[in-house]
Amino acid sequence: MQAPTRQPYPETNLPMLSANMTLDANQPQPETACKLSVTDLNFYYGAFQALKGISMEILSHQVTACIGPSGCGKSTFLRTLNRMNETVRGSRVEGKILLDGVNILEQEVAYVRRRVGMVFQRSNPFPKSIFDNIAYGPRINGTVNGRSALADKVEQSLRRAALWDEVKDKLNASAYGLSGGQQQRLCIARALAVDPEVLLLDEPCSALDPIATAKIEDLIFQLKSSCTIVIVTHNMQQAARVADNTGFFLMGRLIEFASTTVIFKNPVKKETEDYVTGRFG
Amino acid sequence: MADLHTLRRKTVNVVMLTVTGVCTLFAAGVLVFILGYLFVHGAKDLNWNFFTKLPTPVGETGGGMANAIVGSAKLLLLAMAVGVPIGFLGGVYLAEFGGTTFSFVIRYVTDLLNGVPSIVIGIFAYTMIVLPQKHFSTLAGGLGLGVMMIPIAVRSSEEFLRAVPNSLREGAMALGASKTKSILTVVIPAAKNGIMTGIMLNLARVAGETAPLLFTSFGNRYWSPGWEQPTSSLPVMIFTYAISPYEDWHQQAWSAGFVLLALVLTVNIVARAVLAKKKHVAR
Repeated sequence: MQAPTRQPYPETNLPMLSANMTLDANQPQPETACKLSVTDLNFYYGAFQALKGISMEILSHQVTACIGPSGCGKSTFLRTLNRMNETVRGSRVEGKILLDGVNILEQEVAYVRRRVGMVFQRSNPFPKSIFDNIAYGPRINGTVNGRSALADKVEQSLRRAALWDEVKDKLNASAYGLSGGQQQRLCIARALAVDPEVLLLDEPCSALDPIATAKIEDLIFQLKSSCTIVIVTHNMQQAARVADNTGFFLMGRLIEFASTTVIFKNPVKKETEDYVTGRFG
Repeated sequence: MADLHTLRRKTVNVVMLTVTGVCTLFAAGVLVFILGYLFVHGAKDLNWNFFTKLPTPVGETGGGMANAIVGSAKLLLLAMAVGVPIGFLGGVYLAEFGGTTFSFVIRYVTDLLNGVPSIVIGIFAYTMIVLPQKHFSTLAGGLGLGVMMIPIAVRSSEEFLRAVPNSLREGAMALGASKTKSILTVVIPAAKNGIMTGIMLNLARVAGETAPLLFTSFGNRYWSPGWEQPTSSLPVMIFTYAISPYEDWHQQAWSAGFVLLALVLTVNIVARAVLAKKKHVAR
C-alpha cells in the first residue's frame, strides 16, 4: 500500500484552497494531518466477513474516495466510520478507528456521529418542513440555543450546501416538495448543521441527473475547506473529478490506496488497473 | 377435437367469470342493502327530539335517546383511554424493539386476543369490575370496549411504524440522535397520520359492539352521571328496543341503528380519506 502523496487538484477553481494545497510540504500544516486513521479493521455481518484487515489514513481537509465493484465492502467501510453499521443485528467490528487519535469504537456513539456526519445514497429528508429538517440536528443535540440563533444556523447550513437561494422563501414548506437534487443538498445541509468534522457521502449522486450531480460535486470542493470528506462512489469519473486520494476495494479488502492521479493513471496493482480501465466491474 | 376443447375452455371461462362477478356484486350489495334499508326505516322518523330527549315510558310517544348517545360517547372515551395507550406503546415496542422470540409470542397472543368473542371480553370486564363493585357501571363497559381495542391498536400501530422507511431512522441517528430520540422525533411523527387513522377505524369498530356492554354498562332509562353508574348506550338501546313488543320502540330502534351506522360510516370514510391523502406525501 502506497502512502498518499499530496497533490494539488488541477481543476480546482477555489483560489484559497489551491493556495493552501501548494504550500511547502515540509511545513507542518493542519490540512495534511491525519484526521481518521483506520487500523486492521474487520467487520462481520453474522458469520460473513465484509471487511478484511482494512488500514487507511484519511487526511484532514481532503476528499478521499472509495471505489470498487458492488459488494466490495466500500459502503460497509464508510458506515463503520460513524458506527452506523452497529444498528445491523448480529454485526461485529474489530480493529481501531482513530479520530484525531482517539478510538471512536470506544467513545459514546451519539458523540461520534455528531463529529462524523453522513449523507446517504437516497436522499432521506424527514417528513417535516425544510427549516425543521435543518434544525433537527442542532435541536436534538442542544448545540444552538435561542430562536434567532437557530434561524441563523439554518441559513448558514443552507448557504454552505448552496441551497439557500432556492429555498429561502419556502422554509416552512415540506421538504418533500423539493426536487431530487435539492433534497440531496438539503440532506447535506442537515448534516452540516451539526458542524461535523468529517462528512461521509455514500454514493450521494447515484439517483441524480448530471446537472444535480455537478452541483453536488461543486459543493464537495467548497466543503473541503471546512470538513474532511470521504465519498463512496460507483462512478469512476466522479472519483477522478472530486477526490484527492482514492482507495480501491475488492472482496472486502483495500487493494490499493494512493493519490487519485496514481490510482487512475498508473496504479501499482493489476486488479486496480483492470477495474479503472473498465476491464471488469 | 381441438375446437371442442377450445369451446369447453371458453364456456368454463364465461361461467367462472359470471360466478365471481355475481359474488363480488353480492358482497358489495350487502352494504348497499343495509344502508338503503336502514335509511328507509330509520331516517323517516328521525327528528331533533331523538338527539335531545330522554326515552319516554311505554305507551307515551315521542322522546329520544340523548342519554344513549352521551353514554356511548363516554364509553368510547374510556375505551380509548384504556386501549390506545396500551395498544400504541405495544405497537412501538413490536415495530422498533421487537424481532425476537418474545415479540413473536406477543404478536401471536395479540392475534388470539383479537379472535376472542366479544361476549367473552364482556364476561372478563364483568368479573374484573362489576362483581367486585356489585353494580353495573360505565367504567366496566368502557374497560370491556378498551380491551377489545387493544389487539387492533397494537397491530395497526406496528404496521404504520414499520412502514416508515428505515432511511429516516438512519438519518436521525446519523445526526447524533439516540434510538429512542429518533423514534420520538422522526418515526412516530412520520407514522402519526396512519396511527390516528387506525385508532379511528378501531373506534368505529367497537362503537357498534353490544355484547361486552350487555352485562357491564347494562342500560339506563335516565342520564348516568359520573362513571360509576349503569349507562345507556346506542347498541344496547337498539337491542332492547328491537326485541320489545312495542311498535314505536321498533321505530326508535331503526332510528338509533341509522344514527349509529351514519356515525361509524362517517368516521370510516374520513379516516380512509386522511390515509389516502397521506400516501401522496410519503414516498
